[in-house]
Amino acid sequence: MDLFFQLTLAGLAIGSVYACVALAVVMIYQATDHFNFAQGEMAMFSTFIAFTFLTFGAPVWLAAVGAITLSFIAGLIIERVVIKPVENAPILNQIIVFIGLLMILNNVAGWIWEFTIKPFPSLFPADWGFHSDLIGPHHIGVIGLTLIVLLAIYLFFRFTRVGLAMRAAAANPDSARLVGVSVSWMLALGWGLAAGVGAIGGILVAPIVYLDPNMMSGVLLYAFAGALLGGVSSPFGAAMGGLIIGVLENWVGQYVPGGSELKLTFALAIIVIVLLFKPAGIFGRVVVKRV
Amino acid sequence: MAFLEVKGLKAYYRQVEALHGISFELEEGGITTILGANGAGKTTTLRAICRMVRTEGEIRFDGKDLTGMATENVVRLGIAHIPEGRGTFVRQSVEENLQLGGYTRKNKREIAEDIERVYDYFPRLRERQKQQAGTLSGGEQQMLAIGRALMLRPRLMLLDEPSFGLAPLIIQEIYQIMRRIREAEGTSMLLVEQNANIALNLADHAYLLETGDVVMSGESHIIRDDENVRKSYLGY
Repeated sequence: MDLFFQLTLAGLAIGSVYACVALAVVMIYQATDHFNFAQGEMAMFSTFIAFTFLTFGAPVWLAAVGAITLSFIAGLIIERVVIKPVENAPILNQIIVFIGLLMILNNVAGWIWEFTIKPFPSLFPADWGFHSDLIGPHHIGVIGLTLIVLLAIYLFFRFTRVGLAMRAAAANPDSARLVGVSVSWMLALGWGLAAGVGAIGGILVAPIVYLDPNMMSGVLLYAFAGALLGGVSSPFGAAMGGLIIGVLENWVGQYVPGGSELKLTFALAIIVIVLLFKPAGIFGRVVVKRV
Repeated sequence: MAFLEVKGLKAYYRQVEALHGISFELEEGGITTILGANGAGKTTTLRAICRMVRTEGEIRFDGKDLTGMATENVVRLGIAHIPEGRGTFVRQSVEENLQLGGYTRKNKREIAEDIERVYDYFPRLRERQKQQAGTLSGGEQQMLAIGRALMLRPRLMLLDEPSFGLAPLIIQEIYQIMRRIREAEGTSMLLVEQNANIALNLADHAYLLETGDVVMSGESHIIRDDENVRKSYLGY
């Protein structure tokens, strides 16, 4: 029975990372109706920036906060410089821009930091004062920090003036403009926030999967699966979906014969099943478009 | 110079010219209505003022040229547009819709006071303040749209068919409140309507729009007494 709990808790920890990335993906999806395929690589790049701060001798928490802040700014700039010009372009052009961004970030990271695998320290080292046989100190820290981030994001969107304006801009851009909201800047801000939340995901997962330019490819796939499972129309759903996927992934790996080889297949299977049978996801609402 | 002055306004949807150079004006504190059938260009005229459609020609508000501005900056000058279809933020609560209406203002106390003021005009909105706005009836959503516009403390309100799709009693109720708003706040209004009768009762001036051209204009009572208008627009 201990093994089951260990698997589940470790699944919640890795699922927390998926939740962060899924939330970032959904924040942009809600505003633009597009999946940002580069979200994972943006998070990877952010983690390398934290790594650079570390090599300059910064303490790990400071490096993390610095990288998250820079990621927020970089997200804003990417939206202004790369995404805004194709805002009204056909959907395929936009997807190509996302994929281009993915490849550029991946290659530039490899060029600057090389493709060798590097260790990355945890924000929650073994001696931070938590001991349990069921869950490691890093994993419990990941779950706790993710819950705090999710709560903070919820409070921001629910109770602040800018949060309300961002929701309005995403839901009904024309009406938002007519009450004086700059929809264009709300989109940029959404990109900044998504980049920041993604960076948190990257920094949390790096101690587990190690740091290299391809570290997020699997994570992004699971995050997509989580976002779809929870519901792309619901940030809460996407985060829950990420957590669920993390746990299921661990169960499949342990209890399904040959499951550890099937983990990625499992994520793809979830994506296909959700798209076929419940495209709105568990917590999402069915969106009806008038044409 | 008039409060709102439009000269030689042309508007385009892609290559199609929807307005062929119309001119009209509005005095401060006045109510002007633009009447016309479907497709006459009424909605386009309002969208042109709010910079939501490509135009040529002059649009001046309180002496300022609007033509180079972004929609959200036109709003900041105190122009509240109540759009066709009411523009409700359906997933947000009634109260959040009103807060959004006051988005450009900073003073939290004044915003809270103004929300109360809107509830005084529309007691039904107070009853439903926590309710998702998409669940309101059509009449209530129209009230909410007007309330949202009031939250700007507008100097000019642009109203796009506030009577559209509503029962006669509700239409009367809404027009009575518009009259009260004009008396209490002195807000200027540019009102676009198919329902000529009720619009002419409220407005001081009227313009008649036919497929992108102004074909007639004058004081409301003169327009109302014109025999052709009576036959084609008032139906008696």
